Amino acid sequence: MSTSPPSSEAPAEGEPIPAPEGETTLIETEYNVGQDNVEFQLGPVGVDVHQPVFAISGVTIVAFVALTLLFQSEVEPLFNGLREWLTGALDWFFLSAANVFVLLCLVLIVTPLGNVRLGGSEATPDYSYLGWFAMLFAAGMGIGLMFYGVAEPISHFSTALGGTTVEGGARTDWAPLGAAAGDDAAAERLGMAATIFHWALHPWGIYAVVALALALFSYNKGLPLTIRSMFYPIFGERVWGPIGHAIDVLAVFATLFGLATSLGFGAEQAAAGLNFLFGVPQTDAAKVVLILAITAVALVSVLAGLDAGVKRLSEINMALAGLLLLFVVVVGPTLLILTGFAKNLWAYVEHLPALANPFGREDTNFAQGWTAFYWAWWISWSPFVGMFIARVSRGRTVREFMICVLLIPSIVSVFWMTAFGGTAIHQIAVDGLGAVEAAPLELKLFEMLAALPLTAITSFVGIVLVIVFFVTSSDSGSLVIDTITAGGKVNAPVAQRMFWAIFEGLVAIALLLGGGLGALQAMAVSTGFPFAVVLLLGCYAIVRGLWSEPR
Amino acid sequence: MYHKILAPVDLTHAARLGRAIDTACDLAKHYGAGLTFVGVTAATPTPVAHNPREFESKLADFASEQGRRHGIAAGSKAYTAHDPAVQIDDTLLRAVEETGADLVVMASHIPNVVDAIWPSHGGRVASHAAVSVFLVR
Repeated sequence: MSTSPPSSEAPAEGEPIPAPEGETTLIETEYNVGQDNVEFQLGPVGVDVHQPVFAISGVTIVAFVALTLLFQSEVEPLFNGLREWLTGALDWFFLSAANVFVLLCLVLIVTPLGNVRLGGSEATPDYSYLGWFAMLFAAGMGIGLMFYGVAEPISHFSTALGGTTVEGGARTDWAPLGAAAGDDAAAERLGMAATIFHWALHPWGIYAVVALALALFSYNKGLPLTIRSMFYPIFGERVWGPIGHAIDVLAVFATLFGLATSLGFGAEQAAAGLNFLFGVPQTDAAKVVLILAITAVALVSVLAGLDAGVKRLSEINMALAGLLLLFVVVVGPTLLILTGFAKNLWAYVEHLPALANPFGREDTNFAQGWTAFYWAWWISWSPFVGMFIARVSRGRTVREFMICVLLIPSIVSVFWMTAFGGTAIHQIAVDGLGAVEAAPLELKLFEMLAALPLTAITSFVGIVLVIVFFVTSSDSGSLVIDTITAGGKVNAPVAQRMFWAIFEGLVAIALLLGGGLGALQAMAVSTGFPFAVVLLLGCYAIVRGLWSEPR
Repeated sequence: MYHKILAPVDLTHAARLGRAIDTACDLAKHYGAGLTFVGVTAATPTPVAHNPREFESKLADFASEQGRRHGIAAGSKAYTAHDPAVQIDDTLLRAVEETGADLVVMASHIPNVVDAIWPSHGGRVASHAAVSVFLVR
C-alpha cells in the first residue's frame, strides 16, 4: 500500500489521464472500466457483473455440465476425440507456439524492452520477492509437481529403457526421442530431460506471456484487468464488443472447467492418498466431503482477501514444500541429487532442441501424447495463472519479471524433479524396489516417501500440501473468474467471488458423482487450441505495447 | 469539540453519499474542524480512475469542490490497497490513526441479514475505531 499527500493541482475535465507512478504511455480509449456492468441487489447481497460475460459464462457452464451428465456416453468420446485430434493433428502448432513464447521471453530479458517497469517507471513492487514467488508457484504448478514429480520421471525412464518398437512403419512406444534401450544411465538422462522439458521453460514461458500482457495493458496502459485488454493493439475499440466478450467467456470457461475437473480428480487422488496413509475408505461420500472441505477453506481464504488469504496460504505451502524437498535431499541419495541437478540441467539443455522440434518427429506418441497434451493443458490454464500473476506483479521491471517468472521457477522445477524423480529412479534402478513403479499415479509420491525414513510424517506433509495447493487454486481461481466476469473490476462485491468458489465445488461434485470429469477435462484442455492462437496474437501485442513505453 | 473530521467516500457512488457528505461538511463548519475526504482504490484500473495517481487527483478535485460548496477547507487522502473489496475497513482504520482524526462521518446501509456474516464497512469501522464514528443512513 502506498500513500501520497493530496495534490491541489488536479487536471480539469478533458485533460489527459495522469500517468501512474512515473512515465508510461497510456492508451486513450473511450471505454471505462465497468461501463457494461449491471449493478443490482439480489436480496441483501449487492451484485456488480459484466453484461453479457457473466450471463453467457454462467449459462454455458451450466449447459455443459447438464449435457455431460445427461448424455455421458455420447459426450465423452466426442470431447476426448476432440482433444486427441487437436493434440495429434496439430501437435506441430502447439510445439511451435510454445517455442515462440519461450523465445519471446528470453529476448525480452536481454533487450532494452526489459527495462520497462510494470506500473510506471517510478512504481514500487506490491509484494516482497518471497511472497510474490510463493504465489507464482502455488498458482502455477504446485499441485502438478506433487503428483508428477515422482510419476513422470519414472515413466519416461522406463519407456526410454524399453527402447523403440515399430509396427507398420510407425513408432508404437512412448519413449522420448530415440529412447535408450537397455542403458540405465542414458535412459535416466533422457527421462529427466524429457520431464524437465515439460515443467521448466515452456510452461512458465506460456504463463509469463499472458501475465506480462495483462500487467502491461492494465498497469501501464490503463485498460481493465481482463483477458481482452491484451488485444487492444490488434482489435482496437472493437475489443470492447463481441470479440472481447468471446475471449473473456472462453477464459472463464477454461478456468472454471480446468479448476473444477482438477478439483474432482484431485479429490480422488487425495482420497487415494488418505486411504493409503490412514485407511480412510475411498467412497464417493469421502470424496464429496473432501471437495466440500477444500471449498470451505477456500471460502474462508477468499473472504480474507488476497493478502490475508491466498498469499498467506501460498507462503505456508512454499515453506512446507521446501521442507519436504530438503528432507528428500538430505535423507535420500544426497550426493546423487546434488550432482544430478547439474547433470539433469545439462541433459535438459542438450536434449532441448530435439525435444522442442515441432517437425519430422519420429517419437509421435511422446510428442503428441505427452508434449502437445501438456502444452494444450498449460495454455488452457494460462488465462487463470497469467491473470493471477499479473495481479501481484506490479512494480517489477519486465526483465525482473521474466527472470522471476521464467528462469527461477524453471530452475526450481529442475531441482524438484531431480530430487523426487531422481530418488524414485534410484530406488528402482539401484535399490531394486518395485513398489514405486507398480503404484498408481496418485500413490507414487507416497510409495517413494515410504522407502525413506519418517514416512508417517513426510506422507502427512505430502497430503497436506496436496490439499492446500487445491485450496490456493480454488481461491485464486475464484478471484480471477470474478474479476473477468466483473469486466476487470477487482473491487466487486465479495459475495461474487464466494459464488464462484462454491459454484466450482458444486460442478466438481456433480461431475464426480454423475461421471464426466474426464470428458470435461478433455474439453477444458481443448480450449488450449483457441488460446494458443490468441496468445500468438498476444505476443505481437506485447512487443507493440512495450515498444511504445518509455524505457 | 472536534478538531479533525474524516469522511470516507466511495467515488464510484459519490452521488448516493449526499447526506453523509453534507453532514460531515456541516459538522466541520460548526466545530471549525479540519475535514479530510478519504478514498481507497486498487492499483488496477477502476471505474473511477485508470491508476492510483488519477484516483488521487480526482479525490482532491472532489474534496476542493465540496469545500467550495460548503465554504470550508477540505483536504483529501488517497490509499491504494491490493484487494480493496476486503481491505477497505482496515485501510480506513489506518487512515483514522494516520490523520489523527477525532471523528469519522460515513454513510452506511441499513443493517440486514448479511451483516451477520460480514458487517458493513461503517459497522466495522465503528466497532474498531478508537474515535467517535457517525454513521449516516
